Amino acid sequence: MNQSPAIVEIRNLAYAVNGRPVFAGLDMDIVRGRITAVMGPSGTGKTTLLRLITGQVAADAGAIMVAGQDMRTVRREDLYVLRRRMGMLFQNGALLTDLSVFENVAFPLREHTDMPERLVRQLVLTKLQAVGLRGAAELMPAELSGGMSRRVALARAIVMDPEILIYDEPFVGLDPISLGVILRLIRRLNDALGITSIVVSHDVQEISTVADTVILLAGGKVAAQGTPQELKSVPSEIVRQFIGGLADGPVPFHFPAPDYFGELLGRGQGS
Amino acid sequence: MTLLRELWGSLTEALAQLGSVVRFFVRLVAASPRALLRLDLISQQVYNSGALSLVIIMLSGLFVGMVLGLQGFQLLQRFGSEEALGTAATIGLVKELGPVVTALLFAGRAGTALASELGLMRATDQISAMEMMAVDPIRRVVVPRFLGGVIAMPLLAGIFNVIGVYGAQLVGVQIMGVDSGSFWSQMRASVHLHDINEGIVKSCIFGVACSLIAVYEGYYATPTAEGVGRATTRTVVTSAVVILFLDYLITAAFL
Repeated sequence: MNQSPAIVEIRNLAYAVNGRPVFAGLDMDIVRGRITAVMGPSGTGKTTLLRLITGQVAADAGAIMVAGQDMRTVRREDLYVLRRRMGMLFQNGALLTDLSVFENVAFPLREHTDMPERLVRQLVLTKLQAVGLRGAAELMPAELSGGMSRRVALARAIVMDPEILIYDEPFVGLDPISLGVILRLIRRLNDALGITSIVVSHDVQEISTVADTVILLAGGKVAAQGTPQELKSVPSEIVRQFIGGLADGPVPFHFPAPDYFGELLGRGQGS
Repeated sequence: MTLLRELWGSLTEALAQLGSVVRFFVRLVAASPRALLRLDLISQQVYNSGALSLVIIMLSGLFVGMVLGLQGFQLLQRFGSEEALGTAATIGLVKELGPVVTALLFAGRAGTALASELGLMRATDQISAMEMMAVDPIRRVVVPRFLGGVIAMPLLAGIFNVIGVYGAQLVGVQIMGVDSGSFWSQMRASVHLHDINEGIVKSCIFGVACSLIAVYEGYYATPTAEGVGRATTRTVVTSAVVILFLDYLITAAFL
């Protein structure tokens, strides 16, 4: 297996949605065994980037290498084999609503292995214990709070012992306590299991406390990259606007629109 | 000219839609043998689509049978041949009303449930999550639901028929006073295997059509509240039209 320091390598990536370019010439490396945060203003294609890395969509141009596998030429079977080495935490958890918490975590094991029931039980309870929800094993997803759903989804994402763990906006809509729990889990799982974590988020303060590397996306490219400390001293307008949370700057407050007064006065409507 | 172009546009769109339904059907059939190994998943879906539809099917069967008994009696009395009521009601039920009414109710009860469930699974990322766990959602989620419907529908039609005949007997024999012996013996003498086969073929084909439409609409629903609602509505409307159209074709084929 390719043991280069980067587990995900992206070179000159281009991707467009409905003719609108999301990425143009994106280069990025995600280092093995560390927590990499991908940040950026809304609409910069953070979630799209995750879909590209996991092979849910195909790039228009450029190369994406994940764990030595070229996503341009990967066959469907190989993609499924690759995905068994990845875990993904969706924004809302995406638990299967017709299965209990226990069965949700056991789901990948039951689908991919022929383990005896005793072993499945042991593994599932271990993972639930790791996220602190062993006591909730028999509950249904509808009975869980948002933070608990996400922790169950996290237990499910690590049950197959993945090499890469991907978090899509893990902090959205969480109270400070749940948020702290998730943050600590990200760090602990990364260190204890020796996995590579990719966290997509725009919660600057929160993610800065756990990330080893921060990659800031803007305008379809990497605008800045470094440790959270380094990023604070980058002399770039866009970085300062984003880190400082300023309403206006290189990312405009206004969505592109015709001239304000002209439109209010009804000009250009042919009347 | 624009009208022609619009007509042409909707025609090609409808054909493309039909093509993608057929492709989806081929995918389901191709994934079915492996999915059949997971009997627990399929029996769960037979329960969801079949057992949970039993009450509405049985009640409707009873009432349809009772109406047949009443109408049939009124009509046959004019010719003095009330004893033929058993034959008339049974043939009407087995060949037509049983499969068609069951399929319409099935589309309304089980089809909408399937479509909205799959649509919501997509809207809440459950389908993507499965793909990310390297589990093929077609094989794990869609095929068991499809096969569950295909198995449940003929069984429901059979139950509908039995209860319907009982309803016709209830009104004809118990209330209107048709002779019980001639009701049953005439029925046995003039309802042939051919008639029953027609009903079975119809209910099987309707089962495939209803289940296919429901899982297709649900699986490809736009992942929003509005999209799921539209998929559910389309499931009922399309199913109803397709059932009645197929009913004509099969009836003609059996003549």
